[in-house]
Amino acid sequence: MKYILEFRESSLQEPLIEKIKEISFRKGKFKIMEVCGTHTVSLFRSGLRDLLKDYVEVISGPGCPVCVTPDSFIDKAISLSKKKDFIITTFGDMVRVPGSKSSLEKERANGADVRVVFSPLDSLTIAEENPSKKVCMLGVGFETTSPSLAFTIIQAKRKKLKNFFMLSAPKLIPPALSALLDERIGIHGFILPGHVSAVIGSKAYKILEERSIPGVITGFEPLDLVQGIYMILRQIERNEGKVEIQYKRVVKEEGNEKALKTLNEVFEPVDSEWRGLGMIPKSGLKIKDLYSEFDVERVFPLEIEKSEENPACKCGDVLKGIANPEDCPLFRKVCNPENPVGACMVSSEGTCSAWYKYKI
Amino acid sequence: MCLGIPMKVLNIEGEKAIAEIGGIEKEISIALVDDLKVGDYVIVHAGFAIEKLDEKEALETLELIREIIE
Amino acid sequence: MREDKILLSHGSGGGQMLELINGLIIKNLSNQYLKEMMDSAVLKINGKKIAFTTDSYVINPIFFRGGDIGKLAVCGTINDLSAVGAKPLYISLSLILEEGFERESLERIVESIKKVSEEEGVLVVTGDTKVVEKGKGDKIFINTSGIGIVEKDLELSYSRIEKGDKVLINGGIAEHGTSILNERLNLKLSNPPVSDCKPLWKIVNEVLKVSDKIKFMRDPTRGGIASTLNEIVSKSRLGIELYEKKIPIKENVLGLCELLGLDPLYIANEGKMLFIVGKEDAEKVLEKLREIGEKDAEIIGDVIEEPKRVLLKTSSGGRRIVDILSGEPLPRIC
Repeated sequence: MKYILEFRESSLQEPLIEKIKEISFRKGKFKIMEVCGTHTVSLFRSGLRDLLKDYVEVISGPGCPVCVTPDSFIDKAISLSKKKDFIITTFGDMVRVPGSKSSLEKERANGADVRVVFSPLDSLTIAEENPSKKVCMLGVGFETTSPSLAFTIIQAKRKKLKNFFMLSAPKLIPPALSALLDERIGIHGFILPGHVSAVIGSKAYKILEERSIPGVITGFEPLDLVQGIYMILRQIERNEGKVEIQYKRVVKEEGNEKALKTLNEVFEPVDSEWRGLGMIPKSGLKIKDLYSEFDVERVFPLEIEKSEENPACKCGDVLKGIANPEDCPLFRKVCNPENPVGACMVSSEGTCSAWYKYKI
Repeated sequence: MCLGIPMKVLNIEGEKAIAEIGGIEKEISIALVDDLKVGDYVIVHAGFAIEKLDEKEALETLELIREIIE
Repeated sequence: MREDKILLSHGSGGGQMLELINGLIIKNLSNQYLKEMMDSAVLKINGKKIAFTTDSYVINPIFFRGGDIGKLAVCGTINDLSAVGAKPLYISLSLILEEGFERESLERIVESIKKVSEEEGVLVVTGDTKVVEKGKGDKIFINTSGIGIVEKDLELSYSRIEKGDKVLINGGIAEHGTSILNERLNLKLSNPPVSDCKPLWKIVNEVLKVSDKIKFMRDPTRGGIASTLNEIVSKSRLGIELYEKKIPIKENVLGLCELLGLDPLYIANEGKMLFIVGKEDAEKVLEKLREIGEKDAEIIGDVIEEPKRVLLKTSSGGRRIVDILSGEPLPRIC
C-alpha cells in the first residue's frame, strides 16, 4: 500500500516527536487547532494525542461537516424519507445523526428506504434503476466532497434524469476560519485540512497570513501529523506567521482548478448556518438556477418544525474550540455513542465521539 | 471529513478509471482530474479522484524528514 | 437507551446489542449458566461437562467468496463449542425458508453443510423445516445448536485470566466482514477479500494438547476483535493492551478498510480464535499454531491490571482506547 505505509513508519516519527518535545521545553506549551474531523480522529487513533499531550495542546475546531450541519437538515431528510416514493441516498456518516426527533436509522426501521452509498454517482444508478421512485442524495461535506456532488448533478443533467435530486448543504472552510479568528480564542497556529486544501489550494488561506498566524496544510498519516505539528511549532518559535504545505505530495498553491471549476459550475456561495458558530456569510453552497431542477427544496418545498437544540448540549462551544467535551454536563452521563444528544457525539468524526471512544 | 486514500491507476476509460489499493481494484471517477496516465497515483474520496499524488514530492517529503532528524 | 423499535445496530455485536441482551434477556432469564455469556454453556450433567450452544444465521448474501450460509452455520456452532474446549459432536439444523426460494440454492447449501460436518466428524442429528410467506423471511434463515464434551479437568473461564497473560490470534483479522461488505455494497472489486469461514476444533485441540496454560478462548465474530476483547475485559475486570504492529491483516483486507473508512478491529471474523495464554507458554502455542498451518498467527497483546479497558499501542508509540462498537460499521467519507 504505497504512499500510506511509508507515512506510518515509526522510526521516522520518534525523532520528530523528540524535536517537538525540545521546542516545548524551550518555549512552553502552545495551543494549536485543527479544523478537520479526519484530523481529529487521526490524532487520536494514531496515539499521537496521548503522546504529545504534555507538549502541545491540540484543540478541535468545526471540522466535522456532519457536526456543523443543523438539526433542520436531518429533519428535512427525514421528512423526505417519509414520502412513499422517495429513496434517500446518503454517505454512511449521516445515518445515525439525530435530528430534532428522529434519525434516518430509526426511520429506516419504520419502513423508510434509506441507502448508504460509497460514491454520490451510485445515487444516479439507483435513480436509473428505479424510474418510478424519486432519489434524493444528501449533499453534505466540505470542499473535498462538493466537486463530486457538483459532478453528480452535471451527470444527472447529461443523462436527462427526471427522478434525481439533492438536498444540498455543503459548507466552505475559509469563511469558518475567518469567523473563528474573530472569536479570539488564543490559537497560536492551525493544522489545515489536507484534502480540502488539495481542492482549494494554499492560496485560500490568505486570512491567516494577513494576521501572521502560522498554518500548515497537513496530511493524515501519523508521520504527516507529526511533521505538520513540528512545522507549526517551528514557525511559532521563529515568530513566523505563514501558510506552509506539509502535504506536498497532494496539495499545490493553486489547488485543483478542474475540481473548483466543476464546483463553481453547479454551486454558488450562500449564507449558511453552522451549529455552534451561527450564521456565517457566504459559507455554504447552494445549487445554481441552471441546475435548480435537481434542488429538492425548490421542487418539493419542505415544511419542518422549528427545532430546539438541547440547551445543556455544549456542541457549539466544543465546535468553536472554547470548551472540550469534558466541560459539557451531558458528556458520558447522558450523551454517549449509544445515546447521542448532539451531532458532536454521533458523527464518527465529532470531537465528543472521538474523546469518548479513544481518550484514555 | 476527508477520508482520501492513495490508489494506483491501472486503466483509463473516458471519465472513469480502474484504480488499485492493497491489491483490490475499484472503478472510480476521474472527472475532476486532468492529464492522468496509467501508473499514476491519485487520492480517492467518495469514489472520485480529487487530485494526483506527486510521487516525487512524496519521496522528497520523506527525505526532508530524514534531514530534519539528523 | 431503550429504543422503541429494534434497529439493525441491535444485531451488530456492539453496545446496543449488549444493552438489549443485558437489559431484557439476562434481566428476565438469568441463571448461573446464562449470565456467564460464554460462547457455549458448559453444563454439568451426571459428572460430565457437556457444552451446549446455539446460533442463528441470517447472512446476506447467502453465497459469498469463501463459503455460504450453510458452511457458516456449521462452522459457527463448531467454533462456539471449540471456544470452551469442547469437541463438537452433534448439531441440530433448523431451516426457515421463504416462499419462492430456489430449490437449487437450497441443495447447494445442504451440500455445504454435509461437506463440513463430514470433514469435522460432526453429526446432524435432528432438525426442523418451516416455510414462511414471500416477503416474511430473507430467502433462508438457519439456526444450529450444538453439543460437545469438555475434558474433565479443562477449565476455561474469565476468572483464570491474570495480569501478564498473552493474547494470541491464529491469523489475519476482518476477512469475513470485508468479504461480505464488498458483496452487499456491490462494489465490484477485483481481488476482493475472501471470507475466512472455517471450523476451528482441530486447531483448538492441538493448542490444548500443547499447553495447559490456556486460560480462555473466544471466536471474534460480529463486532470484530475489539468487541470480543471488550467483553473479556469487562467480565474479567482486567485490561488488555494490543500492539498495532503485531495484529495480522491481509493487504487486500486493509485496502478495503482504507477505501471505506472502516476500522478492521471492529469487522467480523469467522475462522479466527482469540487465545488468552499464560505468558510462559505463549511462544510455544504460537509455534504450534504456525506449525499446523496458521502461518499468520501472532501474539497481539498483553493482559494488564490498569486501566481496565482495551488499549492499543500504536505504530507511533502512543496509546489509545479501543472502545466497544457503536452502531454498525458503515462506509464513511469523513
